[in-house]
Formats: sequence, structure tokens, C-alpha cells
Amino acid sequence: MPDQPTQHSTPSAPPHTGRSKLVQRPSFTERSRNIGERIIEMGIFCIATLSIIFIFLIFYFIFREASPIFLGEPARDTTIVQVDQYLLPDELPPVAAADTAATNDTTAAGADSVSASGTGAIEPVADVQPVRPDWLDEGYPLLLHDSPVKLSYLLHDNWQPNSEHPRYGIYPIIIGTVKTTLVALLIGAPLAILCALYTAFFAPKRLREILKPVLEILAGFPSVVIGFFCLMTVATVVQSVFGVEYRLNAVVGGIGLALAVIPIIYTITDDALRAVPMSLREAALAIGASEWQAAYQIMLPAATPGIVAAVLLGLGRAFGETMIALMATGNAGTVGWDFFVSVRTFAATIGAEMGEVVFGSPHYQILFLLGIILFIFSFAINFVTEFYVKQRLIKKFRGAE
Amino acid sequence: MKEKSKALLGMLATGLPLAATVITILVIAVIIANFAIAGGPSLNWEFLTESPRNMNTEGGIFPAIYGTVLLVLIMTLAAVPVGTITAVYLTEYARQNSWFARTIRFAVNTLAGVPSIVFGLFGLGFFIQTVGAGMDQIRWNQRMSEFRSVLAAPASPVGSGAIATVQQVQDYLDRVPDDDWGEQVVRLGSFPRGTVARVNADIVHRFISRSVDLRWGKPNILWAALTLALLTLPVVIVSVEESLRTVPRDIREASLALGGTKLETIRKVVIPNSLTGILTGSILAIGRGAGEVAPILFTGAIYSQQELPTALSDQFMHLGYHLYILSTQSPNVEATQPLQYATTLVLLGLTLALNFSAILLRSRIRRKRQLA
Repeated sequence: MPDQPTQHSTPSAPPHTGRSKLVQRPSFTERSRNIGERIIEMGIFCIATLSIIFIFLIFYFIFREASPIFLGEPARDTTIVQVDQYLLPDELPPVAAADTAATNDTTAAGADSVSASGTGAIEPVADVQPVRPDWLDEGYPLLLHDSPVKLSYLLHDNWQPNSEHPRYGIYPIIIGTVKTTLVALLIGAPLAILCALYTAFFAPKRLREILKPVLEILAGFPSVVIGFFCLMTVATVVQSVFGVEYRLNAVVGGIGLALAVIPIIYTITDDALRAVPMSLREAALAIGASEWQAAYQIMLPAATPGIVAAVLLGLGRAFGETMIALMATGNAGTVGWDFFVSVRTFAATIGAEMGEVVFGSPHYQILFLLGIILFIFSFAINFVTEFYVKQRLIKKFRGAE
Repeated sequence: MKEKSKALLGMLATGLPLAATVITILVIAVIIANFAIAGGPSLNWEFLTESPRNMNTEGGIFPAIYGTVLLVLIMTLAAVPVGTITAVYLTEYARQNSWFARTIRFAVNTLAGVPSIVFGLFGLGFFIQTVGAGMDQIRWNQRMSEFRSVLAAPASPVGSGAIATVQQVQDYLDRVPDDDWGEQVVRLGSFPRGTVARVNADIVHRFISRSVDLRWGKPNILWAALTLALLTLPVVIVSVEESLRTVPRDIREASLALGGTKLETIRKVVIPNSLTGILTGSILAIGRGAGEVAPILFTGAIYSQQELPTALSDQFMHLGYHLYILSTQSPNVEATQPLQYATTLVLLGLTLALNFSAILLRSRIRRKRQLA
């Protein structure tokens, strides 16, 4: 190889390839290998950005499906066939035909739940319905299946998406979610934090090595299994202990969610407690504090930001957990603060109804709106833990050292 | 007196954590024992290898096991390479506190925290409604331009602007050689004004082309697996990253000193040394993916199926979904209870076995890191 191209290639060689600059004359194969490596490294970079891209895509697509609500566009119900589209110019306009559009029963089994998207068959539905004004029907805003959805349609306490006059009030869903989440955290958080305290400070070292994986088994339980356990066992126990009317209720669902939340809170709290410098504990013990005083009065406060993060992430999980809520809460949209009535949560509503809706219908858009709420909530929680709690944690320990 | 209350407080303070731990472990034990006892008797070879019979009230769950395995297999093929490469980028290339690396980490953490049902919505909105429907639309446009030329052919009753009845168009389409328009003939049968209505070529084309023939734009195993892959991606990234960090600096430097490039070092030194970690990540991801039902509720799972899925565009049965439907929506919940318990036992056994092996592998890695 002549000298000239070598000089060309040496300065342009990426500084981070790890190759020493002493190598003056890369052979031809070596140079082509370098180019190949740069291409591969570009590929690695691109794949690494996928996680970021997908976050944006999730944002975009969930918003897109619900966007007509924000833009005030009419629903895009694709099952409606406009008859006058298929008339020859000389033919008369058709006579109004009965609207046979989907008025399925709420309880219709979701066995073949994908039928809405399934075959792509056209239903011979004639839709020449006169445009009705958005009047108040029985005090609740009525949503026709092709009228634009307004946010104000959602602010009442009647969720009946599958009735003849569907209503989409989200108050019962908000209340149901708050109730189950509250129960889950009230049961799960103390249990998990106490477990973490025990394994971090009180358990003998040998036992600790066994306890941690055993407690983390719970994280491996599929949520549908926990849901089934609540449906079968917890519901029976709760009913016989409290003698309540509804077998499936917010408390049963909350207990199930607590089981899902415990491993998250436990693991993060345990990490946070272990991250506190041991010198603090030793100092406390040295000046005469007992084991438990050191644990509760020194180590626990020092790890507070981490524990807050743990509880927040647990909250996010309880809020967004689908299968347990779907199976154990009874799925009835009720309002009021009785914890022993059936409730319905955001995630369970989406899970139960999305399979049966018509694409583009108001119901479909509203379910995506619920999804947006779930997503933004979880995003916000993660944002807070990432930027607020972790910063405080770092600051705190820097001060301690 | 003060001493006494202090001692009491101390007992309480040490006793409560112990009690909480005991309670939690008891609950875990009760759940496992409950399913082992209630599900054990119905669990036999026939149950594992037979198809459901009689509206899923009898028989086995083989299609559900098959579907679950196939699902997580496809999911692993997508999630593990992407997760491993992301982890390689984060540990080997990115500067630790660069904003870009931090953004990726934040994105990974966010992905880990997004509720699984939101992934289901995303799978529906992105994979099915956008990617799949787009693929269908391209295919459909080709098909429809063929259809247009068939309608315009000289033999066609609606050729060159002529008007004919739907019936005549159907008869003509049946007779077209070399091409199968049977689907379209059937579709014309549901023409809004019946088959005696008079139409021209434009109307027929408009009616047929308005709803696309769906193949990829509907739930199937591929979209479900990709949705799950997205959900399990953080699991893979985190555990691969952890194991990449256990590879000692010395080995890397030795490789670089011998003249290996950075990529060669990664390929021949770093990756082989952290294969256990990649394996752990994959197992954890499989364990997580096998148990998740919410993301596949409307991206591909189906309750009952005559034939096992053979193509990526087929739907599939799934253990978790099967359990959900059996226990909440089957016509006779009582009668299928033994089946429900046995299905739970299979699902639980599967995920616990996967998690246990991951825990064992992981503790090996941690020991190794402590040595290094």
C-alpha cells in the first residue's frame, strides 16, 4: 500500500477504537475491518436508542388513537356503511333503515373477543340515522356512536358503555382505582418495609441469604395466578371473616394487589437500606444505641428517599395492574367510599372492554384515554423517583460520608 | 418504669419485622401449597398433552402450553438481542454520566414501570393498527388495481361505464379465469341494497376496496410476541448490564493490549465472559413474559382454537389467558374448577422454575463479582 491513503486514514480513525496510534500503516484488510467495525458500532448505537424511540412511540400511538377526543373530531366507526355512497346518480336516496349497530349486552362473554377486528367483513348496516342533538338523557350526557366525544361527557358517575344509551362517566373508575390502590399500599407497604428491615438488620447473615430469594419468589408469581388465588381463596376468606354482601370487592382486589406490590417495595427498600453506609450504624452502636434503635432511628431515616421511591413504584404497579384487578374486584362501577362493594379500576376496564369494542368508536377512544391516564401516571412516578428521589438520596449519602 | 416501656418498645420494634417476614413467607407458602394440593390430582400426562374438549370443560391444555412456549420463543428472539446490544452500548460505549446514557437508562426504567395493559394498547395501536394494517394496505392496493382491470375488461358487464346488477357482476367474477375472486363475490353478497341493485364499475370497486382484507392488521402471535418483547426488554437490559460489569477490567485491557479492537474485545472477551448473565436475563424475561396476560389480551390470544398456530399471522392459546377465561367467563365455572387449578399449577410451576434457575445463576454471577 502506498503511503498517501495511509495518511488519510490515520487521522480519521476513531479515537475510541482502542487501537494505538503507534500503528502507522494499517493494511487494506485492516482498514476495511475498521470500516466494518464502525458500521457495526453505529448499529449498536441505533439499537441502544430503541428504548427511547419506543417510549416516544408509546406516547404517540396511545395519544393518536384517542386524539379525536382532544381534537373534537367525530368518531371513526368503520362498521358504519353509508348507503348513499353506493347509489347510481339517477337513483333516489334510500329510506332510513333500522340501526342494528352494536348494542351487545354488557355480560356477553368475551370468548371470541377479537371479532371486532377479526374478519374485516362488512356488516350490512344502513346508517342514515338522523343527527340527534347531544341532549341530556336521564341527567347524563348521551353519546351517539358517531358523534365527537367531549371530555365533559366523561365527568359523571355512570359507566355503562354497552347499554343502548352508552354512558362513559369515569368517576366510578377513579374511585374504584383509588380504593384498591389504597388498600394495596396500606397492606403491602408496611409488610414489605418491615420485611426489608428484618432481612437487612435483624436476620442472621445465613438466614438473610435464604430469605431474600424466598421473598422474591413472590415477584415471579404471574399476576393472573394471584388474581385466581384472590378469586378463589381470598374472596372466600374475606367474605366469611367480614360477612360482606359482595364476594369480590375493593378489599379482595386490594389484597391481591398488595401481593403484587410487596416484592417491588421489598426489593427497592432492601437495596436502599443496604446502600446506607454501614459506618452510620456502627457509629450508632458504638455510642450505645441498641440494634433496633440504630435500625429505626438511624438507618431507616437515612434510607427514606429510597423507601419513598419504593412506595411510589409500588403505587404505580398497584395502579396499573390489570389481571388481579380484573379477576378480584368484581368490575362493577360503583361510587361511594364503602370498601366492601365491587369496584372497577382503570386497567381492568381497558382489559375487560377493549377486546369487544368497535375500532374508532367513542368507546374505543375513551378506553385509549384511560390508557393515556395510566401511562402518564406511571411516567410521572418514574420521573419523580428518577430525578427527585435519587438526587436526594445521592445528596444525603454524600453528606454522610 | 421508663426502662420497662423502652424494653417493650424494643421487643415490639424487633418483633414486628420478624412477624411481617413470617407472614409474607406464610402467604407465599399458602399460595403454592394451595395450588399444589388443589391442582395436583388433575395434573396428569393426558392433561398436558391433550386438546381441550367439549367447550373447554374437559380434556387437556396442550394448545395453551404450545402457544405459550411459541410466544415466549418469538419474544426471546426479539428481546434478547436488542436488550443485550443495548446493555453492551451502556457498559462499553456510553460514558457513564453522559446525558445520552442517562436518557437511555431513564427510558429503560420508564419501560419497566409502564403498566402492562398499556403495552397491550400500544401493541394494538402500533403493531396491529399501524404496521400490520399498513402491510395489508399495500397488499390490498395491488390486489385492488388488479380488480379494477378485471372490472374494466371487455367481457365484464360493468366494463366501459356500463351498468349491471350486482348479481351479474358476481357471475362474471366467478367466471374470470386464472384468478380467484371468490372472496369478493361473497363480499358483494352483502351489498347494502341486495344483489339486484344496479351498479357500475366505480361503485363495485368502491364497495369492495373500502374494507381491506386483513391478514396482518389483526391480532396474531407475532404482534403479541413483539409487544411482550417490549415489556421484557428492561429485564434483559438490566441483568445483562449487571453481568457485563462483572467482567474484570484486566481481561479487557489484556485483549486491547494484544491488538484487539474494541469490538473484537467485546465479541471475543466480554460477551463470552458474561454469557451466564445473558442467559439469566433471557430466563428472567421468559419467566416474566410467560406469566403476563394483560399485553396479549387483545394482541393475539384466543380462547379456543381448532389447530395449533403454524404461521406468524395465526392467533394462539395461552396458559394465563386460558386460566383467566376459564375462571371468569366460562359458562360453567364450577365444573371446570379442577381444570383451573391444574392450569394454574402448570403456569406457576413453569414461571417459578424459570425464576429459580435465574436466581441461582444470578447468585453465581454475584459471587463472581465479589471475587473480581
